Amino acid sequence: MQGHLLTGATFCLLVSFGYTMFALGAGRFRPGAVNLVAMLGGFLLLTIDLKLRGHAQGSCPINSLFDVLVFMSWSTLLIYLIVGPAYRLSLLGAFTSPLVFLMLLAAQSGIAGAPAAGRFAREPWVALHAALTLIAYGAFALAAVAGMMYWVQDRQLKRRTAGALLYSLPPITDLGVANARLLWLGFSLLTAGFAAGFLSGTHTNSVKFLASAAVWAGYGGILALRRIRRLPPRRTAVASIVIFVLALGVLPTIQFLSALK
Amino acid sequence: MNIVCAGISHRNAAVDVREKFAVCTHELEETLARIRGIDCLAGAVIISTCNRVEYYTASVCPLRVMDGLREFLQERTGVEDAPLYTHDSPSSVRHLFRVVSGLDSMVLGETEILGQIKQAYAAASECGATTRHLNKLFQHAFRVAKQVRSETQITRGSTSVGAVAVDLAGKIFGELSGRQVMILGAGDTSERTARSLVSRGVKSVVVANRTFERAAKLAEEIGGLAVPFDRWQDALDRVDILICSTSAPSPIVTREKLAPLLAERDGRPLFVIDLAVPRDVEPSINDLENVYLYDIDSLEQIVRQSLEVRRAEVIRCEQMIEHHVGDYVSWMRTHMAHYT
Repeated sequence: MQGHLLTGATFCLLVSFGYTMFALGAGRFRPGAVNLVAMLGGFLLLTIDLKLRGHAQGSCPINSLFDVLVFMSWSTLLIYLIVGPAYRLSLLGAFTSPLVFLMLLAAQSGIAGAPAAGRFAREPWVALHAALTLIAYGAFALAAVAGMMYWVQDRQLKRRTAGALLYSLPPITDLGVANARLLWLGFSLLTAGFAAGFLSGTHTNSVKFLASAAVWAGYGGILALRRIRRLPPRRTAVASIVIFVLALGVLPTIQFLSALK
Repeated sequence: MNIVCAGISHRNAAVDVREKFAVCTHELEETLARIRGIDCLAGAVIISTCNRVEYYTASVCPLRVMDGLREFLQERTGVEDAPLYTHDSPSSVRHLFRVVSGLDSMVLGETEILGQIKQAYAAASECGATTRHLNKLFQHAFRVAKQVRSETQITRGSTSVGAVAVDLAGKIFGELSGRQVMILGAGDTSERTARSLVSRGVKSVVVANRTFERAAKLAEEIGGLAVPFDRWQDALDRVDILICSTSAPSPIVTREKLAPLLAERDGRPLFVIDLAVPRDVEPSINDLENVYLYDIDSLEQIVRQSLEVRRAEVIRCEQMIEHHVGDYVSWMRTHMAHYT
């Protein structure tokens, strides 16, 4: 049943991704109802999957790298569905669907291992720490997507080329604002997640702690530099992409060390 | 039943001929009443714009109506041997669908024609001059225009330097309300561009010109503020869009002057439009963070790109139109019995 739910969600995201590619190929880069419905469908299927998985595991379903990737996919869609309409950034969805599709594909391809089996008793603070941290990753994923859109738009404006994307992407000022707000949202959630981790009083592996602290410091550094106007929007956008890729890279290590514990 | 179209357009008649054929609003009712007196003519819609004057009529005897229209127009305008074109179905249907989609316009893909045709149809309808076939034809034409506009790129981009500048400003700032423009050198093109931006909601305009009186006059006209030419840099921290068109022999806005001023701008983008030849702005300022420089060549290149994209879309538009012509003609055949 759960396998079908995940396959269904992946298919929904594939439809959204495929539609984007088709629209690009046809020179019509306007996200429509197809993107939104497909992403909404994917989100609902993932929500049901996580609920069933959580029920089976007796805790928040983030007990293996597989679970983590599925949960991050869900949180990225959740943040998009909240933030996209609010910032009138419907096109964000066209860029978000490939990212979520790839995360779900990675989860299902076997490279992330199998779903956690059995029941996991967890302290509430630890569960809150893990959930908040992964939702923060969802916000950072969206920030990276907005950053990518900013970078593309900036490049087109600088090169003075009137490609299809120039007319379809949102104004660069709006993208810069969305990128910064998503970084703040992610950073706030990550900080709250870390606070929950500290409150749990659980001893953590020093490598995991350092890797997590580096991610937190990286995003904190971007926001601090932006705050004191030392980091222009374009560099903020690029930094949000680079740090997200690095953070995604250290995620398996953190998960592995968490599992060891 | 047949749809007959007769008219002239920018393609086959100069403005001195077109103006004689023009039908003003106050003449419309009378003109419609007169042409409805043509033998076999069931109903009519007159489209009269600066680029075309066309009569669309419904009739069971197209040849007689064509002759009648020719006689009527010759009598009305006094123009003998006018370059009048005439079409009957399905060519007339195809022609209307092409016109309403902007494929026959002077600027390919322009959208103003749709509004003009809607007005012309509404006016004819108010005068009671339309018939079932004409109603169906025009409603279908509006659907065709909508589909062509939404499913192809025939309206993509802008086709004038001023419109491109306004589009780009929108792509940088989004809403233009609350933005400030500075005109450096009060030339005609910069004035037109500034007016376009003001019409899109720009908050205020600062004008700097070597002749202060000229700057003051222009500022008064567009509701702006004039500043002495040598003080333009002092006002730049609040400016979002800088339009340059002085006749200076060498660049006025240099990287050396601009770079320190950017620090005061809190990371806000600066859109620089250089309309001057020789150029007023050093090209290297485009490399600065948050600065987007467009000179006259780059703006014109975007205009050309837009037109190329539009031209490349014509075949797709024609295919869509052909499909709709077929639909309309088959509808007309199935509803012929009511009128014969």
